[in-house]
Amino acid sequence: MHLSPDAVVLWSHGFVKLNATILATWGLTLVFAVGSWLITRKLAGGIRRSRWQNFLEIVITGIEGQIKGVGLAEPKKYLGFLGTLFLFVAGSALATVLPGFEPPTASLSTTAALALCVFVAVPFYGILEKGVGGYLKSYLKPTFFMLPFNVIGELSRTLALAVRLFGNMMSGAMIIAILLTITPFIFPILMTALGLLTGMVQAYIFSILAAVYIAAATKVRQAAPVPGAVQAKS
Amino acid sequence: MDSMTLIAMTSIIIAGITTGFGTMGPALAEGKAVAAAMASLAQQPDASATLTRTLFVGLAMIESTAIYCFVVSMILIFANPFWNHVITQTAGK
Repeated sequence: MHLSPDAVVLWSHGFVKLNATILATWGLTLVFAVGSWLITRKLAGGIRRSRWQNFLEIVITGIEGQIKGVGLAEPKKYLGFLGTLFLFVAGSALATVLPGFEPPTASLSTTAALALCVFVAVPFYGILEKGVGGYLKSYLKPTFFMLPFNVIGELSRTLALAVRLFGNMMSGAMIIAILLTITPFIFPILMTALGLLTGMVQAYIFSILAAVYIAAATKVRQAAPVPGAVQAKS
Repeated sequence: MDSMTLIAMTSIIIAGITTGFGTMGPALAEGKAVAAAMASLAQQPDASATLTRTLFVGLAMIESTAIYCFVVSMILIFANPFWNHVITQTAGK
């Protein structure tokens, strides 16, 4: 029983190792890319559209609604990044239904990589919205004494994202592995169902937290309305 | 008691205590958070989307402290550096 799918090495040549984590990630990416290419080959705009296209549209509009709810005014700009995060983590949780599949997010390498993506994306979108000066000035809010705390907060947020996802997925996989050696019939199935539920919740939490961090970084404070200016309209 | 036995004993006991104590605080806090969310939902059912989303984000924050304790326990049991060091020492002898 291993701590993470990194330990299962399927092919190695020199220092290049193909472990179960990498293969599972590639498999998931292939399924997503080929599946969406197959579905979006013939997009229909009318009433009659294929059910797979309907399914994709439900997913996309759902994610857009959530992004808008967090406070990002134009969800299309962030849909690519946040949607991919959610779909990858959710897909890796759902695929545990297949026997013998270990979710790639049960390895600290994958979750650290995803958290690093968020760590890079937050200043990227912040600078895109507010410019370099505006974004760096936000570290001095509310007072410039808070600068070290803001920086440390950024780093600890990233670490927490990685460890939270890793801990949840790894514990699910480990409990199932342990129970399979003890009571191999009904109980592991219940635990797999619980693992599915927590996997989906963790996917939602990961992407919503990324959206909240990006929203905090791109928030442009509107100027407060001057009391006397209302009379000019009439 | 030589150092090998001491390291093994301490790791096992502390791994158990870490998870045991580490999950009590977050469980209580999550209970209070869900209770407050239920009360708000009962008062304002139209805001259920925002309330649910904020509840989940808050629960994730609280859950992470429990996950930190769990990860420390796992490290002590499966990836214990002190145990590995002592094992390589006795293997080398």
